Amino acid sequence: MNALVQVAAEEENPLIPPIPELVIGLIAFAIVFVFLAKKLLPNINRVLEERRAAIEGGMEKAEATQAEAQQVLEDYRAQLADARHEAARLRQEAQEQGAALIAEMRAEGQRQREEIIAAGHAQIEADRKQAAQALRQDVGKLATDLAGKIVGESVEDVARQSRTIDRFLDDLEAKAADGSKAEAGR
Amino acid sequence: MSADQTLAFETNCHIFSGCGFPAPGLHSFKFEPLFTVGGFEFNKTMLLALLGTGIVIWFFWAAFGRAKVVPGKLQMVGEAGYDFVRRGLVYEALGKKEGEKYVPFMVSLFFFVWIMNLWSIIPVAQFPVTSIIAYPAGLALIVYIMWMYLTFKNHGFVGGWKNITGYDKELGGILPLIVVIEFFSNVIIRPFTHAVRLFANMFAGHLLLLMFTIGTWYLLNGIGIAYAGASFVMTILLTAFELFIQAVQAYVFVLLACNYVQGALAKGH
Repeated sequence: MNALVQVAAEEENPLIPPIPELVIGLIAFAIVFVFLAKKLLPNINRVLEERRAAIEGGMEKAEATQAEAQQVLEDYRAQLADARHEAARLRQEAQEQGAALIAEMRAEGQRQREEIIAAGHAQIEADRKQAAQALRQDVGKLATDLAGKIVGESVEDVARQSRTIDRFLDDLEAKAADGSKAEAGR
Repeated sequence: MSADQTLAFETNCHIFSGCGFPAPGLHSFKFEPLFTVGGFEFNKTMLLALLGTGIVIWFFWAAFGRAKVVPGKLQMVGEAGYDFVRRGLVYEALGKKEGEKYVPFMVSLFFFVWIMNLWSIIPVAQFPVTSIIAYPAGLALIVYIMWMYLTFKNHGFVGGWKNITGYDKELGGILPLIVVIEFFSNVIIRPFTHAVRLFANMFAGHLLLLMFTIGTWYLLNGIGIAYAGASFVMTILLTAFELFIQAVQAYVFVLLACNYVQGALAKGH
């Protein structure tokens, strides 16, 4: 107890800083500050910066890739649209061509039909003429035969020489033709 | 060896044995020099201060010495601590642009103060270095000088005093009063309170821990054993509480330093 009182009397105010401790404290802090400020914190700042750059770089890369993908998609879509357009155009063309072909063929068919009809007509005309010719000969021959029987001698040679029958028949035909012409003209 | 240097456990002083309670006091913060070099007495607190310095540097060297973009465990812890001070304290008070310059100082300050506080509950050491006024006083002095320097550098001589004293013409009649109060508050009392806030917290914390630790030992006799148990529980609880207070006080010390710097950089007052 005695010693305690004695010690208490010796004690100083605890708020008065002892100089040696003050100096040691300042030195200790200075050491910490120098190490951290000069070496270690710049170190970590550099690394943090690198990390930030790496993350941003990665993000930029991802963005670039995405943009590329988008571009490719757009290209593809554009190509698809082009192809569709082309297909539509081709279909249209084919339709037009088909229509033209059909029209052409129809015209050709028409033409051929008309040709055939014309040929038929010509054939009929030719047959008619031939028949008329044959008829005329037969009629002439019958007439001369009949006349020969009536007259009693052959008038064949005379008739052949004078061509009387032909002339008669020609007159008849001419009259008939005149009649049909007049009819057509009326 | 005098009585005050003897740890309570080394005596056989218990209640009911005619022995008075060896109460902790100012003598608990005095240490015999460990060795003396030419009149310079090297004591326990100095040893702890230098050891603490070594620990802080060792930790950050291990964490940041070969820092990698993909961090290891220790680097991750270091980064968390670094970021806590940088973002939570410096950027908060000073902004990212202005504050960047002060980050290394504030980070050093925080971890230095924290380890000095932590010694309080580290076994064997068990003494907060910051409970010796010299250590907080030295740090407060650095902040004080920095604050003064920045104030006059940013505002010039007259502007600097105006900034410090809160000079504002619009105050009119009470202007002289404000100037006097602000002058005393900022120039004289502020560095004192800055240092004492930390010192007193650690001082009181250490006293409390001593009280219950010594109490536990002293009461260990007869019926006192029950009370010794309670005292022991209190020791454990207070140790946990001190762990919290140590971090808080380091945080507050740096927060105040940041605020002072911010005041010196501020345009108006």
